[in-house]
Amino acid sequence: MSARHLFGAVALALIIAALLAAPFGLKPYGIYILTLWAVTTIAAIGLNLTLGYAGQVSLAQGAFVGIGAYVAALLTTKGWPLGAAYLIAGVSCFGIGWLLGYPALRVQHHYLAFVTLAFSTLVYLIFRNEEWLTGGIYGISNVPRPSLFGYALSRPRDFYYFCLANLALVSLAAWWLIRSPWGRAFVALRENPLRALSLGVDTRRYTLMAFALGAGLGGISGVLYAPLVQYIDPTPFALLLSLNLLLMVVVGGSGYFFGPFVGAIVAVLLPEWLQGVDNAYWLFGPYADTARSVLPPTALKYVAKHYLVAYAIFVMVLLVFSPGGIIGFFERRFAKTRTVVPQAAPAEAKAVS
Amino acid sequence: MSTVLEVRDLTKRFGGIHAVDGVSFEVNEGEILGIIGPNGSGKSTLFNCILGQLRPTSGEVKLDGRAVTGMRPCDLNRLGVSRTFQLLQVFPELTVRENLILAAQEHKGTMLTRLFGARDAGLSGDADRMIEFFRLAHVAQNKAGALSYGQQKLLDAAMAFMAGPRLVLLDEPAGGVNLTMLANLRERLEAINREEGATFVVIEHNMEFVMQLCSRILVLAEGRIIAQGDPATVRSNPQVIEAYLGH
Repeated sequence: MSARHLFGAVALALIIAALLAAPFGLKPYGIYILTLWAVTTIAAIGLNLTLGYAGQVSLAQGAFVGIGAYVAALLTTKGWPLGAAYLIAGVSCFGIGWLLGYPALRVQHHYLAFVTLAFSTLVYLIFRNEEWLTGGIYGISNVPRPSLFGYALSRPRDFYYFCLANLALVSLAAWWLIRSPWGRAFVALRENPLRALSLGVDTRRYTLMAFALGAGLGGISGVLYAPLVQYIDPTPFALLLSLNLLLMVVVGGSGYFFGPFVGAIVAVLLPEWLQGVDNAYWLFGPYADTARSVLPPTALKYVAKHYLVAYAIFVMVLLVFSPGGIIGFFERRFAKTRTVVPQAAPAEAKAVS
Repeated sequence: MSTVLEVRDLTKRFGGIHAVDGVSFEVNEGEILGIIGPNGSGKSTLFNCILGQLRPTSGEVKLDGRAVTGMRPCDLNRLGVSRTFQLLQVFPELTVRENLILAAQEHKGTMLTRLFGARDAGLSGDADRMIEFFRLAHVAQNKAGALSYGQQKLLDAAMAFMAGPRLVLLDEPAGGVNLTMLANLRERLEAINREEGATFVVIEHNMEFVMQLCSRILVLAEGRIIAQGDPATVRSNPQVIEAYLGH
């Protein structure tokens, strides 16, 4: 147990060091993609609370990212500080999420998915049609980057660190929450609401809270997204974003703390990487020539050209073989290495007879 | 001896069917009351109506003289009414200790203290005592889903007792449990009844178990009480024999 903890702590420290060092080895576009990963992960952490821990299906997370982004864009283009947008978007998404939780008290699973899908569509239509507020299909441009204590965060690297710090804060808060009695109550709600209710767990309040917290984090993600891309229109917040966030949670490992981080790598970074895979021989260092002979450039060019197909195949294969996502896959592997020893003897005996 | 639970003219209709039909009884403090009856006689529906899982069509439920009819199960539980279900209901992904902490964490403090206070809600000591008492120490750190059926059944019962309830309703505690585990379970229930003065209502099909555990038995058939009394009286009642064996 402690060896596993030590391994985990070292791995985490290395990953954090790599994230801090990354912008020095990347071009602005690379930094942009990594920032997008950090921002998206915040929304996925929120959905993981709602879906992964509390077991409430939501196809509306993208809508909350959109609400956050529009609040940030509307306010900061009128000269408000991003901090104000942060607060207003967080609180209003929390409130709207709470209200969206009410249907979940009556319907569950795919019915609930449809209710949240309807909400998602409604929000998209508001973005697109209420031109007086949102600028309609023309969107809102020139969203400024924020400044922190008088220091402008307009350069990609500075803004990246700002988003990374936000991700760190959100992660710590989420870690605190799921380790508290609330986290236990969320899991109970997911696994057996009837029994939870009979043990004094106010399932109504926790269901609404799960929606509200998830939505609030969606909003915060949006608040960071707007100054990242600096121009927003309705398109990125259509249903596809909600589906993508759902994919991240499931692919990463629904109900695992690190699931959303890994899921966002798969959804945000992997397609970019696959797109440039035909130039990836440098990854093999001194063996680049060997790699080139094993994997001919034409094959990799093919993958790069059809990167979305390769990406889709990867996701399908993964989910068929590991419904618990990537983290679930590794956890199962760990569990296997621990229990395989006592089981080996009967297996051998069986093989002999 | 005071009355803990009072059920007055409780009726539950599903369409034209009277699942529970004007049932009245009382449970006294420290008593172990058994409820028996053939399948479909309304035992579980009766439990669900008492516990707020179903809203009764008419009638009244009182706890310590206070009307609690139709109260939500979670609020009722926090007033000291606990239950187990006919089928096993543990949380497989939580460890044994976490299952037990969950079973009592909502009983004190507020949502805020539960978020910002101690991770274990100050319940580790209580959980360990319960683990010791139900002889689950060797599996305390295991996920509940990894336990044997009998162990899960013990955990299931332990969860019902975790918050120190005044009244516990047990729905078929002996179902599917082997003989050794059954003796273990009965002995644990009797010990809690003796030491903590907890009051029980037990639905059970295992006659042996009911006759040994309970001081008084109600017999339900077609939603009505057809007999009641001490185990010996009930066992020899011709109406009871007829209800069970048919004409």
